[in-house]
Amino acid sequence: MSRIRSGLAACGLALAAMLPLAGVARAQNELKSPTMDAIKQRGQLVCGIDTGIPGYAFQDSKGEWQGLDVAYCRAIADALLGSPDKVKYVGTTSKVRFSVLASGEIDVLIRDSEVTFIRNTQLGLDEPAFNFYTAQTFMVRKSLNVAHAKDLNGATICLLTGTTLETNIADYNRANNIKINTLLFDKPEEAFAAADAGRCDGYTDDGGSVAAARSTMKKPDDWMFIPETIGGLQALGPFTRLGDQAWSRLVKWVQYAMVEGELLGVTRANVDQLKASTKDPEMRRYLGLDADFGKLLGVDNAWAYRIAKDIGNYGEVYDAYFGDKGLGLPRGMNNLYNKGGLFVTPSWK
Amino acid sequence: MVRKPSSRARIGQWIFLAVVVAVAWFLGSIGAETSVQRHGALGFGFLADPTNFDIPFRLIPWAIGDTYARALLVCVLNTLLASAISIVLATLLGLLVGIMRLSANWLVRNIALGFIELVRNTPQLVQIIFWYVAVLQTLPGPRQSIVLPVGGLLNVRGLYLPSFVGNEFSSTLWPLALLLLLAVPFVWRVPWRRGLPLAARSLFLLPLSVVLFAIGVDHADLPQLRGFNIAGGVQVVPELVALCLGLSVYGSAFIAEIVRAAILSVHKGQREAALSLGLRPRLVLSKIILPQALRVMIPPVTSQYLNIIKSSSLGAAVAYPELYQIFAGTAMMQSNREIESIALLMGVFLSINLIVSAFMNWYNRRVASVGR
Repeated sequence: MSRIRSGLAACGLALAAMLPLAGVARAQNELKSPTMDAIKQRGQLVCGIDTGIPGYAFQDSKGEWQGLDVAYCRAIADALLGSPDKVKYVGTTSKVRFSVLASGEIDVLIRDSEVTFIRNTQLGLDEPAFNFYTAQTFMVRKSLNVAHAKDLNGATICLLTGTTLETNIADYNRANNIKINTLLFDKPEEAFAAADAGRCDGYTDDGGSVAAARSTMKKPDDWMFIPETIGGLQALGPFTRLGDQAWSRLVKWVQYAMVEGELLGVTRANVDQLKASTKDPEMRRYLGLDADFGKLLGVDNAWAYRIAKDIGNYGEVYDAYFGDKGLGLPRGMNNLYNKGGLFVTPSWK
Repeated sequence: MVRKPSSRARIGQWIFLAVVVAVAWFLGSIGAETSVQRHGALGFGFLADPTNFDIPFRLIPWAIGDTYARALLVCVLNTLLASAISIVLATLLGLLVGIMRLSANWLVRNIALGFIELVRNTPQLVQIIFWYVAVLQTLPGPRQSIVLPVGGLLNVRGLYLPSFVGNEFSSTLWPLALLLLLAVPFVWRVPWRRGLPLAARSLFLLPLSVVLFAIGVDHADLPQLRGFNIAGGVQVVPELVALCLGLSVYGSAFIAEIVRAAILSVHKGQREAALSLGLRPRLVLSKIILPQALRVMIPPVTSQYLNIIKSSSLGAAVAYPELYQIFAGTAMMQSNREIESIALLMGVFLSINLIVSAFMNWYNRRVASVGR
């Protein structure tokens, strides 16, 4: 008897000892995030963006920042802090962007930057999501009659320094045994001016940026894009510092929330009406009516609702800056997967 | 404790130095630690790695795939070229404006004053971009080039001058011609026994050097439109021109003020004495005033020269591939060696400036000792 009793007691003790362990296991889902704590404490997200390029990040006539990347910053602030306006924007040049992020000066870098292997590994940065798909595109004057990138042999192309564009051109030159000359600028303004003045035969950047460049030319209609691109697909996305998984996770799911919003058909116009009437379980989880998706992410449950209400879904944002209301760039790769594009989201279960 | 004021001061200085060294060591170790976390130990081994970028303008041959060390050399030469041109131009222009500033003519005096105030009080970067965007980019495109005499072309892509292609003798004759050219100022100073006229002593070397050069020429290479760009000849790129204009005009305003102050520092009795001896005003300036003013001028002008060399890094704004643009940009990005790249950059600028400074100090001592 006594042996059994002591055995039971041991079992009980062991169970009692495991209870707090189970508690620990649960608590581990709520990761500590120094970045999120710091943002909450200062009440402001510090977002690294481009110094100014139409489409991604530019200032409107009132001096307000606008653009696809800016909308992403606003959506993160909206999810975490409850207001899309609690953002401080830091303009970063292509040269310094990753150093600025690594030094902790900014919380997240969303600056039309290509997601690459080296940046993830050697630079020690996390690349939680993709927010734009593009490829390196050349813009040239129509009068040059260039149909193919190879025809640029001997031409001079203006571009920005410290980018993957230089490597792509170097690779392309060597692969095709041609010589496309380059002229490297620090900032887009001078590069655009040089292209416009005829100092270079063309300008190159990712497709979205080149569309932006064309919009700043004196006569945009004199310029054309060469249909062929080089360097393969470029996926642009946000960067965070490696090591703060909870923060990277939030940045990732904010992008997914904008895509999910479009998949579900939630728009800025109909979100309130849907919230009041919807019975669709997926929609209810998305809008924070059921389940604890916000809490699991470290924010409140209405985070995705606020993004849909204040920022809009991905399609709405795209249209405003790159689509018909913006630079007039077709959706193409940047459409949802079920409409011939590349955007997907993990299921919200 | 220590009674003697001089030793007390010395102890203070040593403590200060120790603090500076400690802070530098602390910052350095943080930097090194960050770098080690990111990509292993600090080191300059990457200089031997092949690059994968182009340098658009260079003085020596360069191909994609050459090492980072060679890229460094290409960039150092580009920086030195822009600095050297700018220093010469700034000195000449500064001397001219400084003398104009003291002219007896009201208009000349005030034009110089207006120039100095305008140039000195606007940012240098703005001036460089002004020259590049507002002046040089108004030139016509390559298909509407302005044709210059002797086959030169001028357009928005630069100034194209005819060049010469050498024959089989050129490899020996051309360096010889250059050597003769460089020898001119030295031969000028050699005391000759048979009293030839002063100029003729050295100037016979000039035609000789031209003849040697001409024998080595196979044919002239005239610039002409081929494909997208002008091919053939020598191209002076607008980026270099804009940078040199920006650096030299800005520097000249400061040098002009130094020249003015130096001339004013020469006692007016010197000038009056020279004039009363019957020397013409131009000779008074060149033989009496300037040589004495030179002594006062050199130390402040040296620091202007050093400023010009450092400011050559502003060339990055107008796409001139100098040290800063390539090594704090492309090379740093592709090698991911931030700390090493910036350290190299600082080391090279420091070395260039120390050498220039040492030379100017030597020259200063030489000039100062003459006639005193």
